[in-house]
Amino acid sequence: MHTYLEFEKPIAELEGKVQELKLLAQEDPTAGISDDVAKLEAKAAQLLKDMYANLDTWQKTQVARHPNRPHFLDYAKALIEDFTPLAGDRNFGEDEAIVGGLGRFRGRSVVIMGHEKGNDVETRMKHNFGMAQPEGYRKAVRLMEMADRFSMPVITLIDTAGAFPGREGEERGQAEAIARSIDTCLSVQVPFVSLVIGEGGSGGALAIATASRVLMLEHSIYTVASPEASASILWRNSDKAKDAAAAMKVTAQSLLELGVIDRILPEPVGGAHRERAQMMADAGDAIEHELRDLSGLDGASLRRQRQEKFMAMGRGDLS
Amino acid sequence: MNWINSVVRPKIQNVFKKRDTPDNLWRKCGSCGEMVFHRDLVAAFNVCPNCDHHIKLPSDERLKLLFDRGEYETISVPSVPSDPLKFRDQKKYTDRLKDARSKTGKEDAVTGAVGRLDGSEVVVAVQDFAFMGGSLGMGAGEAIVKSIEVALDKKCAFIMVAASGGARMQEGILSLMQMSRVTVGVQRLRDAGLPFLVVLTDPTTGGVMASYAMLGDVHIAEPKALLGFSGPRVIEQTIREKLPEGFQRAEYLLEHGMVDMVVHRHKLKETLGRLVRLMMHQPKAPQSDYQLPAAPTAPQAAG
Ligand SMILES: [Zn+2]
Repeated sequence: MHTYLEFEKPIAELEGKVQELKLLAQEDPTAGISDDVAKLEAKAAQLLKDMYANLDTWQKTQVARHPNRPHFLDYAKALIEDFTPLAGDRNFGEDEAIVGGLGRFRGRSVVIMGHEKGNDVETRMKHNFGMAQPEGYRKAVRLMEMADRFSMPVITLIDTAGAFPGREGEERGQAEAIARSIDTCLSVQVPFVSLVIGEGGSGGALAIATASRVLMLEHSIYTVASPEASASILWRNSDKAKDAAAAMKVTAQSLLELGVIDRILPEPVGGAHRERAQMMADAGDAIEHELRDLSGLDGASLRRQRQEKFMAMGRGDLS
Repeated sequence: MNWINSVVRPKIQNVFKKRDTPDNLWRKCGSCGEMVFHRDLVAAFNVCPNCDHHIKLPSDERLKLLFDRGEYETISVPSVPSDPLKFRDQKKYTDRLKDARSKTGKEDAVTGAVGRLDGSEVVVAVQDFAFMGGSLGMGAGEAIVKSIEVALDKKCAFIMVAASGGARMQEGILSLMQMSRVTVGVQRLRDAGLPFLVVLTDPTTGGVMASYAMLGDVHIAEPKALLGFSGPRVIEQTIREKLPEGFQRAEYLLEHGMVDMVVHRHKLKETLGRLVRLMMHQPKAPQSDYQLPAAPTAPQAAG
């Protein structure tokens, strides 16, 4: 069952028609409509291709949040052997908004973690929609430090609307937990690759995305504040999210132009959710490529390079 | 040294003060509602003489409060790309910047300065809430980084006086990146073994709180300052319940282990001076006449 987005309506209609005709052809092979089916299918494919080549910022925002898009656990299953999730911040609790642990990526031991949004009511609640509490970030710190101790590369997959804004989180130092996580990202002396797979929401994303290499999927977004929050703060009207998204330049393409990310990973035609296996395999190749690129550097150089990379952001000319 | 912008002496400051704020002005305290003589408020560094409420302090006044005899040199900041997003909401970002600059007389939200505090050389960077809510963009990030570089150069302590609603949203993702960027600066201080002290003032929230403001060796908060990650309004909307009295206030953070102490503005300088001297292995300040806080009474054992 495929979930269509609002703007995909023309595609939904065409693909619906194709399905109908296919059923008809099955029931009555003598009807001679297989040519029509093929023509219509080609038309639908072309429409999808054209549409996805020209998505506007708001459409990309919706694709980035598409419920069928592969999430962290899908990538972990597809790319990581012996994936062994580790739990808890050794201080207060376990926060499943960030899932992470040890595993084997293309033959080497790694620490891998990411925000998990969940896929249905039950798992979304379990993972708190990918919105972490302080414990999530403190677990992330713990895992990054472990990676550092055992000389394992760190891979993070980013997919969150942001850190959770709640009473208990504030009580337990949400701000300090995020700050410490950014700090740790900049300290570890191992290769560190981040990939934004959906939504990179503000400090809650940056906390585990201050990496040696930061990649984004073609239709993912990365924001200082969600388009909805920006709209209500700057336009004083949350209905202006569409305008806010455009003005804030949140697409992978804009971020590459601004020098904030290193590379964009193309998505299959029609988005990551249409060819999930293909997307995850491509992501694996891209991460492997970056890790191989970083593997020649010693620990101190890796840390220095990461520091210099972020120190350069906002210095020098951009326009 | 090219980082010295100008030398500020108290006399010059007073001339400016007289011009734009007449002495006979009365101001209403936002906390107790009492009308306070403007001149008295300035003399008290914006602490209400009636109720002790700590009113927001402009950055020049903060620097005057902290540096010996109110003397310091401001640190010049290289210019940064302005308006990289060509941003406009209801208003153009460039117009908002222009307004903020003419209102505050500052280039951006952070002013860095170097001078002596109780005789010790220190670098102080002050975030001014009056400049677009003290928001952290490339300009503010650059000012903090530059100030840290001066501290590294002079091998002295760095004091950050934070006040901010968070990231400068009009600079989009580049403002978010300043959180990581300034954190690199903090790490350089740490690597050099230099003290990093944070003074948290009302209000400090969002991306500033979630980066350098929570990475100090010592965190000092001003009384009743609002300090947190998410603003109280956002939290109330999310969890649909009323927040308790005093939530996210300085005293609440002290209770929850996020700050080391809550210090009255009139005791701030001597507290910083004492800490800097201890951390830098310097002898007591010759003119120090501060009193140590009274030791808390030991509770009786339950048996
Ligand atoms: Zn008062």
